[in-house]
This record gives sequence, structure tokens and C-alpha cells, in this order.
Amino acid sequence: MYRPSSSEPQNDTAVFLDQVSVRYNVPSENIKTFKEYVIRTLQGRIKHNGFWALKEIDIDVKQGEIFGILGRNGAGKSTLLKVISKVLIPTEGRVWIKGHISPLLQLGAGFHPELTGIENIFLNATLLGHSRDEVEEKLDEIIGFSEIQDFIEAPLRTYSSGMQARLGFAVATAWKPDILILDEVLGVGDAGFRNKCKTRMQGFTDSGATVLIVSHSVDTVRELCQRAIWLDHGTIQVMGEAESVCNAYEKSLGL
Amino acid sequence: MTIYDSAKRKHPAIEELLSLYQYRDLIFQLVRRDLVARYKRSVLGIAWTMLNPLGTMLIMVVVFNHVFPGTENFAAYVLTGLISWMMFSQSTSVAMSSMVWGSALFKQIYLPRTAFVLSTILSAMVNFVLSLVPLLFILIITRVPLRPSIILVPFFMILLLAFSLGVALLLSTITVFFPDVADFYPVVLTAWMYLSPIIMPLEFYREILNGILLYVNPFYYVMNLFRLLVLDGVFPHLRTWAAASVVSFGVLVIGWIVFCKKADTFAYHV
Repeated sequence: MYRPSSSEPQNDTAVFLDQVSVRYNVPSENIKTFKEYVIRTLQGRIKHNGFWALKEIDIDVKQGEIFGILGRNGAGKSTLLKVISKVLIPTEGRVWIKGHISPLLQLGAGFHPELTGIENIFLNATLLGHSRDEVEEKLDEIIGFSEIQDFIEAPLRTYSSGMQARLGFAVATAWKPDILILDEVLGVGDAGFRNKCKTRMQGFTDSGATVLIVSHSVDTVRELCQRAIWLDHGTIQVMGEAESVCNAYEKSLGL
Repeated sequence: MTIYDSAKRKHPAIEELLSLYQYRDLIFQLVRRDLVARYKRSVLGIAWTMLNPLGTMLIMVVVFNHVFPGTENFAAYVLTGLISWMMFSQSTSVAMSSMVWGSALFKQIYLPRTAFVLSTILSAMVNFVLSLVPLLFILIITRVPLRPSIILVPFFMILLLAFSLGVALLLSTITVFFPDVADFYPVVLTAWMYLSPIIMPLEFYREILNGILLYVNPFYYVMNLFRLLVLDGVFPHLRTWAAASVVSFGVLVIGWIVFCKKADTFAYHV
């Protein structure tokens, strides 16, 4: 059970996790239909196997810090991000976040093929929680950044996947977040556009945004982060200076 | 700066209301998307929404006129029933599937969970308003007099909206856990439709077991108001309003609370 620890978020804290655990209930047999459920319940044969995707995570990220999260696939990185971005309410523990978080939206997930570029900007931005007025204010900038001025009135289904990704990125980063989550999204578009993305991200970090970098590559973390954690099997293996965490992680991979 | 603290949350039903208010512009965009996507690529566009109930009504009138000859204002009777029923049945079915589309987003970003269900019901309401045009047309050509009671139709629409939203929320909650309910629902709808006085005259149902089918049917309480206002041209008794309001808002409150209580676990399931 969750027992609040003595620690509390400080004045300069941006992300605070206290004993956060997430447990997925995986039925031992995959019961997907109501019919099956009724039959199995009558037979008294439903068993759940608990699976802890995260176990007793404590994190305290300061404002303006660049924080790395390392780990292999399935280590619990995405679950951790979901907990931080309010998508998942933890099974146990406390999540405390100060400020607006950049979205994790997979590029284009909220788009509709029949709507025009402009209509999709409005749809996507309101999905991210922005008001109509906020969108109108930034509209020109979003269109400019996405580099699709000429096609902005055409339906989205006529766009190439690169154009859709650019539009998605332009909307998602139009507002400066207090906490920026970088989840290996920078592989969008051509080299020129990638540079623009990097510049924009750099602008966010320079203006004091907190950054969470999620990666399975130590190079990014080493290059950019001050502190980091290495996550495996839902628990924090090592937390501390980015350099030492990277070393420990590399060692475990046998590099 | 806004602070989110998972240890200090209000009751989920209240929290959802507040969050929905913050995301009100999203609701508008979603309704807009539904309507634009529906009408953009069809040649006749909005006309389909009006022609569809009209066509169904014509078939029903031709078929059932032989079974129940001499029913008064039969065309208008059937059409009022049909457009109310279509609003209810289509909006609740689409709301269930909107949760499937929405689940892709729920897994990635925070949104008020009721947003998709609510916007689906609102889009259906817009279609209902459009289908009032062919109804008016039929009222005029079949010489049903338009009486002042017609100005109270918006109140009926609010009740229909509340009832549909409540049922849709309940169904969507179940669908998240058991997707096959969506396959079964059309069968339930077909049965429900024939058990309600939509196509066949009211007299027919009154004669079955002293009208028990009507009294246990929540949809009847709501829809009956529509016919009283439009066809009979009377101002319904306060008790009739009260019964319909209790039914529709009762379903809405129950649906809202159940949905919001379970909403936290959606991201674990879908």
C-alpha cells in the first residue's frame, strides 16, 4: 500500500513522483468478450495476474533541469511518461506536476483525412487542450513552420506522410511547454526540417523549460542531460549523474 | 503555473465536468469534424439527412397502412417517431464506436474522457434539427395544423439529448471492457424499436397487457412529449414533463457517474 513518504515537492520542483506504482491486470486467460466473461464467471474461473509495469518510483526533477530516462524496450519508460502526462492514474503513489507538459501525441494521431490542413490544426490543437483563441493567435506561425502554406486548404488525405508529420510537429510545439518530453520524435522530415526542430527545442530549453529525454541510446543522454535514471523491469536501477548512469547502463548491456 | 497532484483529486464526476468546460472548444471542433466529414464527400450532402428518414417513413407508411388502416395522421406519426428514434439509436451506436477511435488518443494524451461521447451526441442532435425540415414539410402537406405548443419542442430536445447521452455513457463504459457488446447492441435496438410506439400506432401498444410495454419503456416517456407537442398540439401536463425529466436526467446522472468512475481505468484497458 502507498504510504506517503516524508518528502514533499520543493519550490523549485517540476516533476515529483512519490512511491509511484502501476499495476496492469492481465487476465491469465485472455477474456475479450462479454459472453466469455459471463461463462467464466459462472464457472468461477477468472484469475488475474498482476503485472507491475512500475514499482515504487521516486523522482524529483527540478525546474530547468534536463533529465534523462534510459532503459530497454519494455522497461517501463512509456508507462512512466503516461503517468507523468496524466494519461494514466497510478495504481499507487503520488504524482505531482507543476506546469504545462508537452504532448506525447504520436504525430498525426488526432488528424482527420477529410478535413483541410487548417481545420486539422484547430482540431489537433484543441485536442491538446488549447482554446480557439490561442490557436488563432498562433495560426500563421504554425502554417509557416510546417512549410505547407500552398496546401493548407487541401484535405489532409492529399498530404504526404512527411507533410502530415511536419504539421503535427508544428502544432504540438507551437506553445512553449513548462515541461518538454522528448521521446525520439526528432526523426521527422528531411535534414533541414530536423534542424528547425532542434532549434525550436533548443529555444525551449534555453528559456528554462524542464526537459525529460526518453531514450535507449546513451549518446543523447550523455550529451544533453545533467541527471538521469536507468529503468529496468519497472524499477529504478540507478539514479544520479548522467555520466555514471550511462556507464552503468552500458555495462549492463555488455558494451 | 497549474499544479496537478494525483493525491488531491475531486470526485471523478465533478472533475470531468470541470475539465470538459476547459476543453469546450474541443467539443465544438469534434462536432464540426463529424459534420464536415459526413457531408463533404457526398454529392447530395446535407440532403441525405433529410431524405433518409423521409424514405424510411414512406416505406413504413405504405407497409403498415394495410395492417393498421385508418390511423389518423399516420405519416406524421411515423415520421416523428422515426426521427426521434434515429437520433437515439444512431447516436448511441456511434458513441460506442467513438470510444474505439478515442482510445488511440486516450493512451497518448490527457483528454476529458466524455468528450467523444458528448460530441457524438451533439452531432446527432444537429442532424435531428435538420430532419425537422422534412417533418415540417410532411406536416404541411398532410394538413396537420401547427399549434402554439410547438414552441416547447426545444425542451423535448433537451430531454432526448440527456437520455441519449446517459445511455451512450453507460454503453461506452461497458464497451471498453467488453467490445462484443457493440456487436450485440444492434439486436437490442431492433427489439427495442418494435417494443416502442414508433411505427405502429399507440393504440396497438395500449391494448397489450394494459399498456405495460409503454410504462416500462424509458424511451416512450421522452418521445411521447414530441407527439403531444407536434401532433396533438396540446401543452402536456406537468406530470408528463416531470416523468420524462426524471427518466432522462436520471439516466444521464447514472451514466455520467458510472462512466467517470471507470474512466481512470480506461487507459489500462483500451
